[in-house]
Amino acid sequence: MTKKEWPLWEIFIRGQHGLNHRHVGSLHAPDAEMAIRNARDVYTRRKEGVSIWVVPSSEITASTPSEKGPLFDPAESKVYRHPTFFDIPDEVGHM
Amino acid sequence: MYAQMVKSEGMKSLEEMSPEERAFQERVDRGEKIEPKEWMPEGYRKTLIRQIGQHAHSEIVGQLPEGNWITRAPTLERKAILLAKVQDEAGHGLYLYSAAETLGVSRDELFEKLHSGAMKYSSIFNYPTLTWADMGAVGWLVDGAAIMNQVPLQRTSYGPYSRAMIRICKEESFHQRQGYAIMMKMAQGTPEQKEMAQDALNRFWYPSLMMFGPSDKDSVHSAQSMAWKIKMNTNDELRQKFVDETVPQAEYLGLTVPDETLTWNEERGHYDFAEPDWNEFFEVIKGNGPCNEERLGARREAWDKGAWFRDGLTAYADKAAARRAASNVAAE
Repeated sequence: MTKKEWPLWEIFIRGQHGLNHRHVGSLHAPDAEMAIRNARDVYTRRKEGVSIWVVPSSEITASTPSEKGPLFDPAESKVYRHPTFFDIPDEVGHM
Repeated sequence: MYAQMVKSEGMKSLEEMSPEERAFQERVDRGEKIEPKEWMPEGYRKTLIRQIGQHAHSEIVGQLPEGNWITRAPTLERKAILLAKVQDEAGHGLYLYSAAETLGVSRDELFEKLHSGAMKYSSIFNYPTLTWADMGAVGWLVDGAAIMNQVPLQRTSYGPYSRAMIRICKEESFHQRQGYAIMMKMAQGTPEQKEMAQDALNRFWYPSLMMFGPSDKDSVHSAQSMAWKIKMNTNDELRQKFVDETVPQAEYLGLTVPDETLTWNEERGHYDFAEPDWNEFFEVIKGNGPCNEERLGARREAWDKGAWFRDGLTAYADKAAARRAASNVAAE
């Protein structure tokens, strides 16, 4: 019986259309090479991607849930960052 | 369902809850998703580990009854399709194990609990697949029943579980349709083939109804799980929905659902149907079904006989890491 558990890897896939790699899930593998092989079987069985990144889960630093307020609330009052905040008269045309 | 009779924790009213518990319940009620590192009641965490774990085990053990027919599929195309379906089940198991692990249980712990019998998998996989028509019945009925439960679970309160369900549901429809396609072929075939299709329906009908778990009146764990939104519908609701959708599909095939009491109830707008034999269900859950020993035996054997391979990969990874470390030192 295996004593040591394989580490966990986070899997990122870039889809067909040139968008960013996107987190799709995680899996266990002994090393990065096997993680890519396994990710290919687990996450791209239906041509979901053209490129795979694997990152050891232990290397990811995440913001803590309790920081949610201080981190994200300030953006709430800054609606002027969205273009729809500004009324442009129809006569001006598309902008 | 793929998770049956999952033991839940006692239910509290909002007044009885601690401030943390109340805030949690209110988040769930608002439809917010709960994420792994956030505070959650211990009961929520434990119940979810049991439920997601059981669901994952069902996907993995569920490969066995179908794997049985890969080498005997009637055509190369059928073989490739069945192989793809069984590979999907492996994938589904992996998505779900990963979701369970975010709750603080390890993969090896989950395997150990499956192999020791401490955790269960769905009762349905303890029935044998005797003919090729069973591949049709399993896809049509068993995956069909699973979809009934999995579609609403996409909205479950626990983020990783919900995301796994969304991924699974995308793939599950292929499973049901390939099963129904097999049934169509058989039902429209020779009299002997149609006979096989009918026989498969006869054997899988009641075990499929059992997948939803005991009747609501006997289901003690539902209320808390529904309040937490880790169970979205009652067992009886889903069973009724399954019967209502499946009966016309059987009629199209020209096959007879093995239930003499089955009638359309105009007033209710649903079919009335006979309950499965719940004694049989409890016997299968206890380990006395026709294939319990065979299924668990196959899982244990695969785990034990694969140990040298897992160890080999680990040893290789360790050596490669040590070599990299050493060459880094030499370069400094």
